[in-house]
Amino acid sequence: MILCQNLTKRYGPLLAVDDLSFQVAPGEVLGFLGPNGAGKSTTMRILAGFLPANSGKASVCGFDVETEATEAKRRIGYLPEGAPSYPEMTPRSFLEFVADIRGLTGAHRKNRLDEVYGLLHLEHVLGQTIDTLSKGYKRRVGLAQAIVHDPEVLILDEPTDGLDPNQKHEVRQLINQMSQKKIIVISTHLLEEVDALCNRAIIIAHGRILADDTPEKLETRSRFHNAVSVKLVDSSQIEAVRNGIEALPEVASTELDAQSDRLTAFPANGQLPLAAITDLAAKNDWEFSELHLESGRLDEVFRTITGGASA
Amino acid sequence: MNELLAIMRRELRSYFLTPVAYVFIVIFLVLTSTFTFYLGGFYERGQADLTPFFNFHPWLYLFLVPALSMRLWAEERKSGSIELLMTLPVEIWQAVAGKFLAAWAFTGLALALTFPIWITVNYLGDPDNGAIVAAYIGSLLMAGGFLAVGSCISAATKNQVIAFILAVVACFLLLLAGFPLVLDVFSAWAPQALVDAIASLSFLTHFANISKGVIDLRDLVYFGLLIGVMLYANAIVLQLKKAD
Repeated sequence: MILCQNLTKRYGPLLAVDDLSFQVAPGEVLGFLGPNGAGKSTTMRILAGFLPANSGKASVCGFDVETEATEAKRRIGYLPEGAPSYPEMTPRSFLEFVADIRGLTGAHRKNRLDEVYGLLHLEHVLGQTIDTLSKGYKRRVGLAQAIVHDPEVLILDEPTDGLDPNQKHEVRQLINQMSQKKIIVISTHLLEEVDALCNRAIIIAHGRILADDTPEKLETRSRFHNAVSVKLVDSSQIEAVRNGIEALPEVASTELDAQSDRLTAFPANGQLPLAAITDLAAKNDWEFSELHLESGRLDEVFRTITGGASA
Repeated sequence: MNELLAIMRRELRSYFLTPVAYVFIVIFLVLTSTFTFYLGGFYERGQADLTPFFNFHPWLYLFLVPALSMRLWAEERKSGSIELLMTLPVEIWQAVAGKFLAAWAFTGLALALTFPIWITVNYLGDPDNGAIVAAYIGSLLMAGGFLAVGSCISAATKNQVIAFILAVVACFLLLLAGFPLVLDVFSAWAPQALVDAIASLSFLTHFANISKGVIDLRDLVYFGLLIGVMLYANAIVLQLKKAD
């Protein structure tokens, strides 16, 4: 269990975290979303015991992160932003160091290290210095460091930053595998990641929580929720189709993307325009090359909530 | 305790993974011998002791030890690995002591590698080996004092060059605290008690006592206290500055 109560953190005149309160229960994968400078990393640093808060309390598994810091830290695996490590070391010696500090010994230490090398596919680079590794491998070494003691709580600051699409996929799979038993908090800029990983998302800006919901629920806030987009085989018909669809009572408005010739119909309050549009198409013999029912766009919700849309 | 040892091991290992260790040891050995034989007139004196050898240690340490201590915390802060270290389940004193002890053990190793000169003097004559052991202990203690000062300064900055220069200046002042160069600044206005107190901080005076073969409890306490106070300050500075 992670508990945050009225956390506030100031850097001089700058209010980085402003009276933040939330809880995370086991089994939850919480995605922290927010523009740069929103206070995501600061909040994670407070939880990980690196920064003291100016006021408010935070506890991890019942241990206060300030007054019982070491006990709390034992239960946390933390990947700091940018995955720092010791560049002159090899992944093997670095992870052995972390395992020693984490109090792993004997056969358990060896087995666990082997397991982690395998999980993050580090076997081939164990003897190279971290300095010489690619960004993706450095990130994976950082992740390995965070999970080596099989912690109850994982706090990962941008875990897939710098990874290629295949590596991203693997890391997400790994996080998904671990998610049943653990509390996982990740921060990310990538909204697709929230969809792929998280069962809860908190959007913060200027240190305050602006939204706290499941990704699916957040998507329903999008004007694209239940919108229908179509592409025509014969694009010369497009104006007629647009007028026809716009006249439907289920449709509030339409938008035409000039570049792709994709026509999107936005639903009128709570309506589902899909059936009406397909009926209309059948009646008029319109031939669609594409037909999508949109579930909602998280990036658009994000921009609306954080004020980027008006900027 | 395990955490402290793990940090110490990692730190020591890092010295040998980078050229730092080899450069330091080679330069230290070359300079100690050069100074002993050429400037110190080891042969010309015709005495079977290591006075010319130990006399130059304070001056060598003045530059070499800050070169070793400058990276202790400044590098961690610069690279961000401090965030990793400070979120592992270690107490701050364990981290401070672990890193300090690694650096101290390393200077101890460099010092131990000067053993040929001890063999030489025993081959040439019949020196007072007790006094030599005492001087070695004194030299190691002095290196520890320099290191603790340097470590504390290193925690206050992200810039290793600044850490180096400030440590050299601080060590220089401590070295000469008992001499007119430093005391004259205070004697004009400060009460005599303060001037005496500053004079008693001098590394050179305390080291000179030990290197003569007299291990006085006061000198041991002096170096012990200096190291303790500096490391305590180091932990406080670190706590305040780690996230800047």
